[in-house]
Amino acid sequence: MSEQAREFALNEFFKAPQHLQQSDQTSATPASVTPALHNFHQWRDHLPDRAYSLLTFALLLVIWYAISAFKVAPELFLPSPAAVLRKFISVADEGFVDASLLAHTATSIARVLVALILATVTAVPIGIFIGLNRYARATIDPLIDFYRPIPPLAYLPLIVIWFGIGETSKVILIYLAVFAPISISTVQGVRRVDQSRIRASLSLGANRWQLIRYVILPSALPDVLTGIRIGLGVGWSTLVAAELIAATRGLGFMIQSAAQFLVTDVVVMGIIVIALIAFIFEWGLRRLQKILVPWDEKT
Amino acid sequence: MIKLDHVGIRFTGKEQTLDVLSGINLELQDGSFTVVIGESGCGKTTLLNLIAGFESPTSGHLSIDGTPITGPGADRGVVFQDDALLPWQTVKENVAFGLQLAGNSKAEREQQAHKYLKLTGLEAFTDYPIWKISGGMRQRVGLARALAVDPRFLLLDEPLGALDALTRARMQEHLLHVWKHSGKGMLMITHSVEEALFLATDLVLLRARPGRIDSIRQLDFGRRFAEGESARSIKSSREFVELREQVLQELLTQEGVPV
Repeated sequence: MSEQAREFALNEFFKAPQHLQQSDQTSATPASVTPALHNFHQWRDHLPDRAYSLLTFALLLVIWYAISAFKVAPELFLPSPAAVLRKFISVADEGFVDASLLAHTATSIARVLVALILATVTAVPIGIFIGLNRYARATIDPLIDFYRPIPPLAYLPLIVIWFGIGETSKVILIYLAVFAPISISTVQGVRRVDQSRIRASLSLGANRWQLIRYVILPSALPDVLTGIRIGLGVGWSTLVAAELIAATRGLGFMIQSAAQFLVTDVVVMGIIVIALIAFIFEWGLRRLQKILVPWDEKT
Repeated sequence: MIKLDHVGIRFTGKEQTLDVLSGINLELQDGSFTVVIGESGCGKTTLLNLIAGFESPTSGHLSIDGTPITGPGADRGVVFQDDALLPWQTVKENVAFGLQLAGNSKAEREQQAHKYLKLTGLEAFTDYPIWKISGGMRQRVGLARALAVDPRFLLLDEPLGALDALTRARMQEHLLHVWKHSGKGMLMITHSVEEALFLATDLVLLRARPGRIDSIRQLDFGRRFAEGESARSIKSSREFVELREQVLQELLTQEGVPV
């Protein structure tokens, strides 16, 4: 290629296409002006964000597939997507270490939900109490601040010593992990209640109990739900970690057993199931927030 | 009648004490429309908060019909600048909220709420969620909610401050309409001289540092409107314009120092 020709090519390459210069000042893209690419740019600009997110996962899947198809990594380290899918079907059908996939999953979810319900019915009233009472705040806040940053797995051994390795200790562990975010969010919600909303209700004749029931609790609900959402995420990751250490059933236990026998496809499949459930929790609670507190983003 | 007798409120800080209000003597008659006007920081809102019972005076006495005021109560309805409505309730539920607190039956609540929704022109929006209606409508809901518990007095803390000029003018007329038809005693805080003149039967001018009453004027522009004269003709009449200029001049003038 001659010097001239190269210069021309470079110029052409870095010159923004005419149609983009007019319509899209901010993202002048080096591309030649073929109709196909023109269409691509238009199509790209109109794609919703969600499509890009899906594309990321599709790309990841392709890379994963390519790695196993070209035998870059041995099957033992990274089983193919097809193998993992087959394992998903067979474990769902026949089970793994004495329990079906459904049983492992149900056990894990039940543990989290029991702990979540217990935490909600205790943390919300305590949060309201702390939020309304100066002395309660001074007394209880330091306790929560003290234990909240401790990784739950650090006190799991102590809980096992006290309560054994049965269901109780796991529920207590999750309960402790979930309690802090819910109570902290509730306190925040209570303290953020609009002062004139409270004054207006007092002027309408509300007594203290009515104020809590009809004004403070619903005002704090958006924050309470956020706390529950965060708590559920924390609880789920704590649970799976706890099951890796001490359990005879559950998704964490399933992965741990599979790892001991180097059944990598079950490990990968288990991780994906855990991620999917976490995703469904998050999505479900966001939906719930939209349904229960539709005014939250609008006021 | 609400009576303020040598009422003062003093905030004691670390470095200085501040007399927010001092030596306030004021009587709010039943059926009167008292409007308080004054520069920022003269204690207008504090005065309203004292009467509402949200704050306590450090000196003097407040009473309603001879009974000392010790806290908020359903005999004094309050309408706030930010509407202070409950967003999870519908328009009707908000209006009926005070009746719900008082333990009235559902049928009673419906009936009362309907009456005040009609008075405030909100019938068409009965079942709307609060976050779907406009600012002017929200203020009317706040007004209807305060009226629905049938208070002796209505205290309005700059209720029209956040509205655009057109909605504001409509709401002023609407307030006079409600005042005439409900017969409540009203106390309103405002920054707008024109609004104050148009609405007040008693116009109270406050001075700052310490917050105190400078003058009380008896006016009848609001009554004239209530009796059928048009708002435009009142607001452009010679007395109105002259008085507006005079009050503005007084507000702009520091004590003894003409601008």
